[in-house]
Amino acid sequence: MSDNEHPVKKVNIICAKGNIEDIYATLVLGNGAVMEGIEANLFFTFFGMEGIVKKWMKKPHTAVIGNPAMRMPVLGSRMPTLLGVIPGLESLVSSMMRKQMDDLDVPPIDEFLDLFTAGGGKLYACKLAMDMFKLKEEDLTEHVSGILTVGEFYELAGGEGSHIIFT
Amino acid sequence: MATKNYAGTTVDVNEEGYFTDPSQWNKEIASEIAKEEGIELTDKHFKVLEMLRQKNDAGEALSIRGINKSGVVDVKTFYQLFPGAPLKKATKIAGIPKPASCV
Repeated sequence: MSDNEHPVKKVNIICAKGNIEDIYATLVLGNGAVMEGIEANLFFTFFGMEGIVKKWMKKPHTAVIGNPAMRMPVLGSRMPTLLGVIPGLESLVSSMMRKQMDDLDVPPIDEFLDLFTAGGGKLYACKLAMDMFKLKEEDLTEHVSGILTVGEFYELAGGEGSHIIFT
Repeated sequence: MATKNYAGTTVDVNEEGYFTDPSQWNKEIASEIAKEEGIELTDKHFKVLEMLRQKNDAGEALSIRGINKSGVVDVKTFYQLFPGAPLKKATKIAGIPKPASCV
């Protein structure tokens, strides 16, 4: 099953999208790595900033429009695009999703970052995205270790057994 | 099924070395498994191991969040006590099955 000669030693995960599922894919992969003793760096950029900006990260949303895989609760059929325009529907669906994850012991973002960083995981913000969204360092969660350019990110990602993952 | 000899006792383990029968476990055995993993067990370790065994007995799925909320140990200390792959190492030493959790 595993290739013991070439184990994954480090993962560098780029989160560029800000839907619940994009941010959580990053967090689950990152935290899972740390739990296995693998070094993990998370790099948040563009809409992925949703996951590390203090006032945005509390209630991430998912897309109810333009998301063909979105199915209706109970019924299980695809959600008609038109329903997505109903005011409040996106918030409702998103809060249901957050509740389902909480039931499975998947923590909210800030708590997840507590666990991740307690295990030695590091997270970084993208310099360009900071400038684009006019963000300052104090807008970011205290879990962030630094603000990097692309070049600095690649430097960080160096080393044998290191992998770059784009969620 | 494989067997292993720890502290003079033969125990049943699976191919990854996890106990298939948690009742075969005792503290001396735990200390020997821990040595294999490069860990010298202290009272703190045993508190965590007992908590894990209790959760396992209760049929609770083990997760890193659950351990943080257990009140026995915080995550940072847990990582320090069982460096590397904490949940995997700790469950192996505790003589319970490898957790199937992703968080």
